[in-house]
Amino acid sequence: MLIAIGSLTLLGALLGAVLGVAARYLRVEGNPIEAEVEALLPGSQCGQCGFAGCKPAAAALVKGEAPPTLCPPGGRAVAMAIAEKLGVSVSFGDQEELEPEVAFVNEDLCIGCTRCLKECSTDAIVGAAKQIHTVIAEVCHACGKCAKVCPTDCIEMRAVPATLATWHWKKPRVKVAS
Amino acid sequence: MQEYVLLIIGTALVNNVVLVKFLGLCPFMGVSSKVDSAVGMGSATTFVLTLSAVMAWMLETWVLQPLGIGYLRILTFILAIAAVVQFTEMAIRKMSPMLYQSLGIFLPLITTNCAVLGVALLNAQSGNGLFASMLYGFGSALGFTLILVMFAGLRERLALAEVPSPFAGAPLGFVTAGILSLAFMGFSGLSVK
Amino acid sequence: MKLFRIRGGIHPEYRKEMTAGKAIEPLPMPALLHLPLQQHIGAPAVPVVAAGDRVRKGQLLARARGEISAPVHASTSGRIVDILPFAAPHPSGLAQPTILLEPDGLDEWTDLPPPLDPFSVPREEIARRVAECGVVGMGGGTFPSAVKLDLGRKFPIDVLVINGAECEPYLTCDDRLMRECTAEVVDGVRIMARALGVERIVIAIEKNKPEALAAMAAESAAFAEVEVVPLPTRYPMGSERHLVTALTGRETPARKLTADIGVVVHNIATARAVHHAVRLGRPLISRVVTVSGRAVREQKNLDVRLGTLVSQLIEHCGGLVEPPVHYLSGGPMMGQAMPGREVPVVKGTSGILALTAAEAHERDTMPCIRCGSCVTACPCGLVPVEMAQMIRHEKLDAAARIGLLDCLNCGSCAYVCPAHIPLVQYFNYGKGRLAALQRDRRKQEMTKRLAEQRAERVERLDRERKAKMAAAKKAAAEKQEGGA
Repeated sequence: MLIAIGSLTLLGALLGAVLGVAARYLRVEGNPIEAEVEALLPGSQCGQCGFAGCKPAAAALVKGEAPPTLCPPGGRAVAMAIAEKLGVSVSFGDQEELEPEVAFVNEDLCIGCTRCLKECSTDAIVGAAKQIHTVIAEVCHACGKCAKVCPTDCIEMRAVPATLATWHWKKPRVKVAS
Repeated sequence: MQEYVLLIIGTALVNNVVLVKFLGLCPFMGVSSKVDSAVGMGSATTFVLTLSAVMAWMLETWVLQPLGIGYLRILTFILAIAAVVQFTEMAIRKMSPMLYQSLGIFLPLITTNCAVLGVALLNAQSGNGLFASMLYGFGSALGFTLILVMFAGLRERLALAEVPSPFAGAPLGFVTAGILSLAFMGFSGLSVK
Repeated sequence: MKLFRIRGGIHPEYRKEMTAGKAIEPLPMPALLHLPLQQHIGAPAVPVVAAGDRVRKGQLLARARGEISAPVHASTSGRIVDILPFAAPHPSGLAQPTILLEPDGLDEWTDLPPPLDPFSVPREEIARRVAECGVVGMGGGTFPSAVKLDLGRKFPIDVLVINGAECEPYLTCDDRLMRECTAEVVDGVRIMARALGVERIVIAIEKNKPEALAAMAAESAAFAEVEVVPLPTRYPMGSERHLVTALTGRETPARKLTADIGVVVHNIATARAVHHAVRLGRPLISRVVTVSGRAVREQKNLDVRLGTLVSQLIEHCGGLVEPPVHYLSGGPMMGQAMPGREVPVVKGTSGILALTAAEAHERDTMPCIRCGSCVTACPCGLVPVEMAQMIRHEKLDAAARIGLLDCLNCGSCAYVCPAHIPLVQYFNYGKGRLAALQRDRRKQEMTKRLAEQRAERVERLDRERKAKMAAAKKAAAEKQEGGA
């Protein structure tokens, strides 16, 4: 009986010590994947995903608490990149066509307060105090922060219409006859 | 020499842990959806299995037998295996965070992989020497990895196929595993001379 | 001449007999012309006229923008009504900026540039004239021809291939051109060879056009450098890459040009347009269009002013005998569905097909039986069944890895598929989606870069402001000290 208890205790202590030493040498600071995932996100800290910014969003993604499709400005490209990095599958089921959007300033209502300029993380809005602002559509990534701060609600998000250059065929809907 | 080669072939193919002995079925079904992670899981398990087979032999011959406490065999083996797995986990986390992420829960679960304990126990009973024990563990692990990667490849292709809905997913996986198992039964007819 | 084997391909029902015997006839002047600013691959042209301007036939309406672009000229004399978005002959039916020209019936020419003697002027002069005249590849590719005539300066070109295969069913416009305008075509071909600086010209014509073969052979007999080669009748023999392989045995590497292996390919109608541009100074303002399909009462080959609406062509052919299931621009294999009849004929419109349900022969899709017919038929050596399955499961990168981008959309696989799986539609979707993803990725990168730059700037301004404030404080403190 004593031999059994003693040998097991000794074995446990020995292995524990080895693991303790190993843990020292093989320690990993933080989570390296989080940084990699954060690098995939747009980095405009818009908060549309419901997290405070891209860093917390990346942390949630790595923990599996958020779906890869969480980033609306990132669209499909980011969702697929994240899914590939994390090795998870991504489904676009309900958001089959994630329509790209762009901010639009209604010039009749704009009072030139410059609040949206300060908010825009990609400098996509040009204007000055008391001057009507306008959006550079190619640069806008539709985070919607400008619309939130506009005191006159003159900024709205509009869908970008397809052009001959961006249009492409839809996936064929196949009904298999049996 | 021939003996050792036969030991490897015997453990990897003829007495394949997964398809002939039906051990280690959970990672076989669980980590076989992608070839990449299957390779990772296979290598991790190979490392654990080989090391634990050696440790089990040492514990068996140097501790359990001399002290006459054979009834503690399972307990001590699990202790040793758990330690090895813990070590592997730390090492993988350090070396390949992506693999660590993709293996997820199945990495610590190698501890409870019945193939690992099963091989250690079978080995202890067979009365092999130290080197033979190591080869026994390594051969079994090789067989496990082979099957895992093969099955993952099959499942990757099956995922693209149009399958009647009652069969889609796991059911088709089991059917495929059954057919693979049948195929491996063929090795039992191998004769050396 | 020894021909080389090409892989795969099919033998569709050619149905060329409906129009092959019909001489090209001119279409009467329409009441209004719709000239899109983009009738070519590359950047759209920039209008140089405004609403209300009076223009003469052949006058420049919109100039080319950038290297790869082509100008647009007035198809007749008249008044510019407006420049507005109008439906493009494109399956999406989306509008594109279009110049509306109201003919005045006089059809009077503008002052054309003087004729060039192609064999005495410098070579670059020819390409420049061709660019000025807005000539683009008229087989349907619509790539600016001048750019292709300039390739001789970048690549060592030794063969000019003239593509008279016309392997698409129904189409006979090139066939008719070779028979009726033989001299013009052959002269155009020789001008192009001169521009490229090549010594050897191969005019390749499928054997199902014996009259065209005979006419071209007779006309080019006088020129030692021109060789007329009969091709076996097989679709897609007229694909640029496959034609080059069949004639020279050289295979074009993936995502490279045929110029990389020393060959430039031009179309029959393009050769004629080059002849007009160089010898007469006439810009590209009309083209021959095959109007066919059993839904049309009388199938014809028409000489059409660019900008004429498809409905007018069909009207001239006696209207419809039954409502078609599709209007196609181009051939039935690779042609594009058009949104309707109210779209203009552009530089790349080789045919207008109104297909009846019986002709289109669309059937329900059935499960794949993995027979491998598509693999045998693929002229590019791809595995269509596998690619389609990957695309169905959104594994676009995997599909691209096994050659989705090397597929030329010839439709051979879908044609032979016994289960009628819409393979080409899958490939269209896959390619479009990949391109969209690529655009998304580029935009994403730009967003990231801008966001980083902004964050940096905001931080720097903040730092500077703080430093300034600290300095002001310090100065104030010193002043106070000095005062005290």
